[in-house]
Amino acid sequence: MPESIPSLSQFLDELSAIEREAAPEIAAARSADALEAVRVRYVGRKSGRLSPLSGMVARMSATDRPAAGQAFNAAHTRVQEQLAAHAARIQAAATSSAPAVDLTMPGRAVWRGARHPVTIVIDEIADIFRELGFTIALGPEAESEWYNFTALNFPPDHPALDMHDTLYLDGGALLRTHTSPVQIRTLQRYPPPVRVLVPGNVYRRDVFDASHAPMFAQIEGLAVDEGVSFVDLKATLTHFARRFFGSATTRFRPSFFPFTEPSAEMDVECQICRGSGCATCKMVGWVEILGCGMVHPSVLESAGLDAERYTGWAFGMGPGRVAQQRYNIPILRELYDGDVRVLGALGQ
Amino acid sequence: MNASVEWLSAFVESGLSPRALRDLITERAATVDAIEPVRIDLANIVVGRVVAAVRHPDSDHLWLTRVDAGGADPVDVVCGASNVTVGTAYPFAPVGTTMPNGITIERRKIRGQVSNGMLCSARELGLGDEHEGILPITTDAASGTPLLDALPIGDTRLVVDVLPNRPDLLSHIGIAREIAAATGRPLREPSIPTSGENRAIADVPAPAGVETTGTTDGVRVTVDDATDCPAYLGVVVRGVRVGASPPWLVARLAAVGVRSISNVVDVTNYMLHGYGQPMHAFDLARLGGSGAAVHVRRAAAGERLTTLDGVDRTLDPSMVVIADATRAQGVAGVIGGQGTEVSGETTDLFLEIASFDPRRVRATRRTLGISTDASFRFERLVPPTSPADSYATVVRLLAAVAGGRVVAPPVLVSASGPRSGARARLVLRSKRVAQVLGVPVPASESARLLATIGFTVTARGDDLDVAAPTWRTDIAAEIDLVEEVARLRGYATFPNELRPYRLGTVPDDPLVSRAARLRELLVGRGFVEVRPMPFVPHSNSDGTSVRVTNPLADTESYLRFDLLSSLARRAEFNLTRMEGDLRLFEVGTAFRARSDRPGRPVEDVRVAALCMGARRPPHFTDPSPPAWDEWDAKALAEAVAAVARPGSSIALQPVGTDGELWRIRADDVDVGRVIRVVLDAPPWAAPAYGVEVVLEETDVADVAPPGHHASATAAAAPTRDPVPQYRRPPSFPAVRVDLTLLVPAAVTSGSVEGVLRQANEPILEGIDLLSQFYGDNVPAGHRSVTWRLTFRHPERTLREKEVEARRDKLLRALETDLAVRQRTS
Ligand SMILES: [Zn+2]
Repeated sequence: MPESIPSLSQFLDELSAIEREAAPEIAAARSADALEAVRVRYVGRKSGRLSPLSGMVARMSATDRPAAGQAFNAAHTRVQEQLAAHAARIQAAATSSAPAVDLTMPGRAVWRGARHPVTIVIDEIADIFRELGFTIALGPEAESEWYNFTALNFPPDHPALDMHDTLYLDGGALLRTHTSPVQIRTLQRYPPPVRVLVPGNVYRRDVFDASHAPMFAQIEGLAVDEGVSFVDLKATLTHFARRFFGSATTRFRPSFFPFTEPSAEMDVECQICRGSGCATCKMVGWVEILGCGMVHPSVLESAGLDAERYTGWAFGMGPGRVAQQRYNIPILRELYDGDVRVLGALGQ
Repeated sequence: MNASVEWLSAFVESGLSPRALRDLITERAATVDAIEPVRIDLANIVVGRVVAAVRHPDSDHLWLTRVDAGGADPVDVVCGASNVTVGTAYPFAPVGTTMPNGITIERRKIRGQVSNGMLCSARELGLGDEHEGILPITTDAASGTPLLDALPIGDTRLVVDVLPNRPDLLSHIGIAREIAAATGRPLREPSIPTSGENRAIADVPAPAGVETTGTTDGVRVTVDDATDCPAYLGVVVRGVRVGASPPWLVARLAAVGVRSISNVVDVTNYMLHGYGQPMHAFDLARLGGSGAAVHVRRAAAGERLTTLDGVDRTLDPSMVVIADATRAQGVAGVIGGQGTEVSGETTDLFLEIASFDPRRVRATRRTLGISTDASFRFERLVPPTSPADSYATVVRLLAAVAGGRVVAPPVLVSASGPRSGARARLVLRSKRVAQVLGVPVPASESARLLATIGFTVTARGDDLDVAAPTWRTDIAAEIDLVEEVARLRGYATFPNELRPYRLGTVPDDPLVSRAARLRELLVGRGFVEVRPMPFVPHSNSDGTSVRVTNPLADTESYLRFDLLSSLARRAEFNLTRMEGDLRLFEVGTAFRARSDRPGRPVEDVRVAALCMGARRPPHFTDPSPPAWDEWDAKALAEAVAAVARPGSSIALQPVGTDGELWRIRADDVDVGRVIRVVLDAPPWAAPAYGVEVVLEETDVADVAPPGHHASATAAAAPTRDPVPQYRRPPSFPAVRVDLTLLVPAAVTSGSVEGVLRQANEPILEGIDLLSQFYGDNVPAGHRSVTWRLTFRHPERTLREKEVEARRDKLLRALETDLAVRQRTS
């Protein structure tokens, strides 16, 4: 079968396609050898990609042949020129005294941001409890006396209130002294089973000093259902402590909170001295981590639940205190001053 | 509560070391925060016996003594005390000892005679105020024995953190009860040492109970209100000799950190720390003598009293006072008055042993701004049974250390009788114990445990009838007994067994994930999260700031109404530390008063970001990167708002006044702003920009009335944030056309884009502003702005002609509507 006569437009398309492919390959060649390979691939006499096109010119119709020949020569010349120019660049780079690129110079950085250490601690705690089926609940920071104290079984004028020196707001509301009002809000809104974690800011009428701040973060957990017991409290919190602190031994000792009974304080074996006593743990061998207890029946009743049917446990801890220990921050205030040199180095 | 190990041992011989006691008390009852040696400062003082004493040849008041201090030979010591007696043992400070006052004893010559140490007085050792002579000690200990081992002053103090529910632990007897229960050793009454002419007394007359008023030894005692004062025991003690306390008593009090004052006052303090019963001794003569009237009544408005601390105080009718016939002589349960204070001249005492209303004592001491050891105990409740229970002990003590005698039965005013407020009777169900604690505890075990700490228990099948001892005022309900069983059994005995649980019904608050995404966004852009205090010194201009009623400082008088003012203060903090490249953010709460309804403020959760200084760290290719400007802030605001208000269409509305650049609108609702932040900044600081967006207003309403559950009428569970929907990416190529336009000064780029959009070209996919130019070839009053228009047809490739036609149509619209023309040159 005789070869068909190629059309001019087909020819020109093919020519420009080859030329477009050649340009980046030439530019990418990093050495004389690499460039020579590119040259052979495109304009080599026998196997170069342009050589079949010169044969095609010869087979074209007489009317198309001059235009095709002209286009071919121009394209061939442009590729040759690019090859020569790049060869000169490679030559110049090879003979110049300094290396073309000093790869030991620094990369172009961007600013590094940081979550707050307290946020990091809260997020880590939340991750562990989420695995155990806890969700996260939030609540207002300005609260009523009822949600903050009465519903949580604080007797009026009781010395238990001494630990909750309260900031009051004009109009009668107060700034919540703990995240526990959210226990009541959650128990009022949803039927058991309830398994929630409550992070948030709380307020105390305390002067700023090495270990006190008028506002600080707290995180609280609550589990309420039929059949929830002190064993669940101990087991869950011990599991948490192991996950959070590593292979930590825990200790539960009696404590008092108006809204839990039995109440306990959970200690973790001092990570510095492993229990033998050091300055960090004030020679006790244990570090206090959180307060906890079985939800007091009157708290369940405040939320309209049957305290004979449902039981629950709760805990509360200070992520700021944990962050202070973990990052060795001597003064609590450092967490709240917002010094970017401090926070930028701690956060992730 | 400071507890002395020696004092505890006087109540129960446990044989336990201080560390073992610490662990026992901590694990069973109350946390021991610290173990402190009481008199570590006396570690080098030894027992020295004077073996010879002669007058100093050159002095009429000095003695030359030879002291056996345990060494091979007695040492020569010069002594100035008139009571030095051969054969007696004294505390001896050898050369090199540092005394409690900080002075170090050296070998020196006194009027020509060498002295190798010092025989010490009680005052020099901090063992009392006695300084008229050296302190003779009665001991069998060999000479040279450390004084701390020879006298009961080598004590250890346990610092016990007693929580408000256990006032019974605010005494040595209370802690000793727990030790006795845990160790099985008996609790006993400490013996009272006597000395000199004071002798122990065997019997004390029983108190006579009356309802509101009665007389003892000529003194009439009247209690107005049994609620204010459920029990008041008054007793007259005659013939006391007020003076120094014996060393054992001084040592007991020193061990708990109480300074010896006089034998009488020390005895009342001993009763407070030993038995938890505060007492007050009045000088009977200054109270009106025989025939005095003691009246427990409310203070009159404006009534004045100079209290023991020397402060002249004005009282009010919310306070209860102890008054004589004419005036208040003490504030009930808080502090005594100066006018009736026991002094060296006192011979007869009126001793008050009472129980006062905890709430009233608490309110009174808060109003007066004083807290005493007595008020601390009264406001935690001293049981009404306690006065009658502790009366005999104090009478015996006073006889032994001050020689006093009770000649008439005391009077006990108590509306409900001496055993008033006795024991709540409760039922403890074993089923309930197992339900709460998670393991079955046999009724017999619960009964045994409760009995060890003084509960009276009667078994009734699987249930127990329980009566709490009088001192356990905290036991009021079954759950209190469950806690007792748990702690007496030991929290450690409950297994750490993770049991199956049911999933909860509570959905995640949607703000949680939104805040997390905002943190991710801003941290990724180089912002540092801060958690500033949300207090500000001033109200905002429209007066809707929420005022703190009782702020600690003037600078904290109001709650903040925005987050950017907090970030501005944090930026200034960093600027003073020469940090000027700042990117700060916070997710936090802002407050404002609601005009319609006072009471609860409105609060909302917001995100705010502040940026200033270099846009990126310097690099050798770009050593001084440009500073953040308003265009960075605008784009940041759009990005932040898109995350903060998911699913909303975000628009920035220009404002351009008072430093406010844009208001941020989400679905046409105002949700935030972009501002130039005004800072108190040094001249080198770059301009600061701030972005603030409200995430959501917090629901502050009550969920349900007190004692009620809302689930029956529960609102729908919080919805999830909306998510963007899938759109198939275009499969046909776009055609881009750059338009360079001459825009008159009065025309904004926004209006140009508005006209382009209003033309409603279905194939016009995008409008991007590329560049802006003023200058030579641009006519005055105009600027040259280049937009890139992107055309695309969803189903085919566009033809060049067709794109040109659309472009020309748009240009005509621009010319007609805005007199905006294409730039030709
Ligand atoms: Zn340690």
